[in-house]
Amino acid sequence: MRVPLSWLKDYVDIPIPIPQLAERLTLAGLEVETVTYIGLPGAELPWEPDKIVVGELRAVHPHPNADRLVLAEVEYGGPAPEVVVTGAPGLLALRGQTDLHIKVAFALEGAHLYDGHAPGFQVTKLKATKIRGVPSRAMVCSEKELGLSDQHEDIIYLPDDAPVGVPLADYLGDAVLAFDIKGPFAHLYSVFGIAREVAALLDLPLKHDPRRVVERHPVSITPEPDFIVLEIADPDLCPRYSAAFIGGVRVGPSPFWMQMRLRLAGMRPISNIVDITNYVMLELGQPLHAFDYGRLRPRPGERRPAIIVRRSRPNEQMTTLDGTLRTFDGEMLLITDGGGPVAVAGVMGGLESEITDATTDILLESANFHFLSIRRTSRLLGLTSEAAQRFGRQVDPELTVPAALRAALLMAELAGGTIAPAIGDVYPGRQPLRTVELNPADVDRILGVEIPPEDIARILTALEFTVQPTTSPDTNLPMYRITVPSHRPDVTRPVDLVEEIGRVWGYDRFPPTLLRDELPPQRPNVRLECAERVRDLLVGCGLDEVITYSLVDLADEGKLYPQGPAPDPARYLRLRNPLSADRAYLRQTLLPSLLRTLRENLRFQERVAIFEIGAVYLPVEGQPLPDEPLRLGVAMTGPREPRSWLPDRQTTPLGFYDLKGVVEALLSGLGLSGAFERGQHPAFHPGRCAEVRVNGHVLGIIGELHPLVREAFDLPEGPVAALEFDLEVLIDLWGAPRRMTPISLHPPVYEDLAVVVDEETPAVRVRDLIAQTGAPLLRSVVLFDVYRGEQVGPGRKSLAYRLTYQADDRTLTDAEVARVREKIVRRLERELGATLRGAG
Amino acid sequence: MLEQLAQLEAEALQALEKAQTQEDLDRWYHTYLGRKGALTAILRSLGSLPLEERPAVGARANEVKRRLEAACQARTEAVRQAQLAQELEAGALDVTLPGRPLGPGHLHITTRTLRQIYAIFAEMGFQVYEARDVETDEMNFGLLNMPPHHPAREMWDTFWITDDVLLRTHTSPGQIRVMRERYPEPIRVILPGKCYRYEQITARSEHQFFQVEGLAVGRAITMTDLIGTLTAFARRFYGAERRIRIRGSYFPFTEPSIEADIDCILCGGKGCRVCKYSGWLEIAGAGMVHPVVLANGGYDPDQWSGFAFGLGVERPAMLKYSIDDIRLFYSNDLRFLHQF
Ligand SMILES: [Zn+2]
Repeated sequence: MRVPLSWLKDYVDIPIPIPQLAERLTLAGLEVETVTYIGLPGAELPWEPDKIVVGELRAVHPHPNADRLVLAEVEYGGPAPEVVVTGAPGLLALRGQTDLHIKVAFALEGAHLYDGHAPGFQVTKLKATKIRGVPSRAMVCSEKELGLSDQHEDIIYLPDDAPVGVPLADYLGDAVLAFDIKGPFAHLYSVFGIAREVAALLDLPLKHDPRRVVERHPVSITPEPDFIVLEIADPDLCPRYSAAFIGGVRVGPSPFWMQMRLRLAGMRPISNIVDITNYVMLELGQPLHAFDYGRLRPRPGERRPAIIVRRSRPNEQMTTLDGTLRTFDGEMLLITDGGGPVAVAGVMGGLESEITDATTDILLESANFHFLSIRRTSRLLGLTSEAAQRFGRQVDPELTVPAALRAALLMAELAGGTIAPAIGDVYPGRQPLRTVELNPADVDRILGVEIPPEDIARILTALEFTVQPTTSPDTNLPMYRITVPSHRPDVTRPVDLVEEIGRVWGYDRFPPTLLRDELPPQRPNVRLECAERVRDLLVGCGLDEVITYSLVDLADEGKLYPQGPAPDPARYLRLRNPLSADRAYLRQTLLPSLLRTLRENLRFQERVAIFEIGAVYLPVEGQPLPDEPLRLGVAMTGPREPRSWLPDRQTTPLGFYDLKGVVEALLSGLGLSGAFERGQHPAFHPGRCAEVRVNGHVLGIIGELHPLVREAFDLPEGPVAALEFDLEVLIDLWGAPRRMTPISLHPPVYEDLAVVVDEETPAVRVRDLIAQTGAPLLRSVVLFDVYRGEQVGPGRKSLAYRLTYQADDRTLTDAEVARVREKIVRRLERELGATLRGAG
Repeated sequence: MLEQLAQLEAEALQALEKAQTQEDLDRWYHTYLGRKGALTAILRSLGSLPLEERPAVGARANEVKRRLEAACQARTEAVRQAQLAQELEAGALDVTLPGRPLGPGHLHITTRTLRQIYAIFAEMGFQVYEARDVETDEMNFGLLNMPPHHPAREMWDTFWITDDVLLRTHTSPGQIRVMRERYPEPIRVILPGKCYRYEQITARSEHQFFQVEGLAVGRAITMTDLIGTLTAFARRFYGAERRIRIRGSYFPFTEPSIEADIDCILCGGKGCRVCKYSGWLEIAGAGMVHPVVLANGGYDPDQWSGFAFGLGVERPAMLKYSIDDIRLFYSNDLRFLHQF
């Protein structure tokens, strides 16, 4: 919505600077996005007040040396008229005429203007010159030269009352406020609607009310005018249809002032009739449509043409003004005549009944349509228009007659027409005005500031609400009975009035306060705290956090199953309207995105270790919404240590045990411990994959990627360690109360134990046996060497442990330790067939 | 014998001069003063001397022993000093060489931003409440005062899964969930989470982004409380010197609705490209919870009032760190993430 300030000033005086006005409007919820100045300081092309003025063309003399040029004699307030050479077609037509009084925009030597002939807008300085032997040092300007439009065919013809010699900037300079109106409020989509807001905000009266045109020009209003048959077949979608008849018009261009306002408001001038419909729509907010009356057909057997407002019949067709053949469904509302559709109601007219240069009689439609119907039609046809935009925001049904009359009067004035003495008006959807009871205490209760009652009354009255003081029947306290004006269908509750009061009174006057309400019960948030703890622990382990998309390519999840089968799309949540095929499914695993991220980053660095905590989306049979459990995913690859100059840098690649170390650190940091068992997962190397359990609950899978998966994700040779855990398991287990173990004051006894077992015996079994058997004196078992080779023989391995014995209440004797050790050794021999290394 | 002692002393002192290490010294001590050393041998042989010679030779021998021990001590100290000096000299490092790399990893910039937001609101009694990403139409729109066909639904371009199920376009459906869970307690929560909009991915817009919703419901919650809360947040997050501007706005689930701006942190309010030459940056959409929404949450709007606000997460981070492309947040380029 673009509003020229000059137009706004028709209705309300503006005693404050423009930037201040824009700020005031913005604060009140009418956001002024930009202010564009025309000719004034701040404009792209300011019109120099001493060099660009209103001139009066007094005579047009022939050019002595050229047929296509004339000499224009222009009065401009200087000591003598100036004679300039011009080829403007409008002036060529006046060649030889004197005693003219045509007002023009006149630029004097040295003025900065846009070059009318150059492409685009290039500023040039007007210089004295000689054209075919005649000196010329001033110019009558075109719209393009002044930056008003790209029109350079002819010069500007100003209204006859333009004051000669006055700087053009004072007469024609303007500022256009571009609004970003939020919310479905048609009442703000008009110059008058904005003026009403400005008047309320600045506490100023409106200078005049264009809706009262009916009082000044009384007309009869009848459902059965003699020029048309009006019928609303579907009143649920069309509460009101009004129509005026203007006969004997001459279609031509509209006057400069109207074209100028339309342009500033962002519309293109077309012809006087169409321009008037647009002008009145911009002014009042009521969309109008002009039909070529001569093209409207009567129904069979009737004399007068007919307008029938009805739903489309299925697959009915019509070509709209933009030349497109449209097909309608049975819910779309059409304007039809005796022969068929002539307009898509409230959206766009039909090509057949369009105004042409040959049109002489006009049927002017001024109607009201149901906003949802208009939005639906507009959306389904992919067709939007200034009219549809307004109708889609609930236009005031009381506007139809004033707008029709206002436009008809303009057509009579500017296109030489005669208005039929009656206006047709069918109004089946008339609604009584709504009233809302407003308790002033609620204003304070919601806003937190006490707004004086006189301000409440003033603000609401300025916005055309009727304020009637009453008392509450329950409490006997003062209340207001507010009558809501017809242009505010959005106001249905007291709180809607509170908003009007708050925004007009000014939020900038509200003092910030601290919440003084009771503090709600505070709760622990284990889920969040656990997730954040996991993040901190993993970052501490040197991993980087990433956040990837929830929407994925199903093919990517399929890459985790190199030997098939591919994931079944039916088991996934899928978007009906994806942006692209690779963002169509909701993920069920974090791994593919992590592996993609790994690959992307390997282009820039050799070592990447990343993790993500995020939800996956698992459909639940029989329920509309999926489970959204949190998962933890990790992927790492590259040399164990970052590249450095130190000679003892570990360059062996990150692998299973590195990731396992991370998991152990993570679990330990959470006060948990995990059990690792050989696991199976198609994405992992079958010999390098473990299932991790905590307290018997499966946490997830960890391993090195299967070489085929590595290939599928285009990852380079070398191990890639990865895991995916169910974070919900950790969240459930985490946070159980822990008790400290007292630290013994008695010295520990250290001892090394090396045992040889079969290759297949998992190390964890050896460890667990030692720990179980040695308890309670055996306090720790640390594996410090694994050896395979000649000394232990084929198929066997040696595991060496450092054992720590300690008692809480005494210093252990060698004999006590020897007894425990003996027990351990015998049990290892018996249950695992172990032999002591070095003991034969 | 005395001559022998003098010779021994001279020889021992000479040998001592050559000792360069503790080992040398130990060997020297062993040779001269040890149990099997030369001086000990002389002392042991005193018995074989004539009685009258013994005192003089004995005295002389003890004197030699004392002098040798003193000399040894002095030499030991000298050797220690020399060794220390050598060690200090030889142990000097080029301190300009890089340290052993072992850095911890980095939290995602979004996590860091969220944590800042959590911390600020925790001080005001707001706790985190997390809600789901996949929502029903009813939660995302209907119960938020946007029944089917409500024009305001067009404010959000939605990803649909079925006719009734969608990816939440904002964190606001969490308002209904938390109200229904907590009624009749007063509420003060922030609701962080991923939101999704059907928007082409460009430097300015992403189809997935984070939002933090705030909700306070109580018996005396007012617009001025909302303004105070947003002001406190803005000053804590963007700097104590920030100016706040509150202006009217429209959201279907709040009434009255407002938006909060801060003076542009890049140009200080003079106007620049980032603030579109307005001098202001929008930081939150907010308002008093609409009576319909309160009622849908179970709270009688005549007895209760509440405010709600919605904050971006990526955008504030972009402003704070001069990030000009939102796609960086999901590209997970470590060269970007390592900067935070
Ligand atoms: Zn700025």
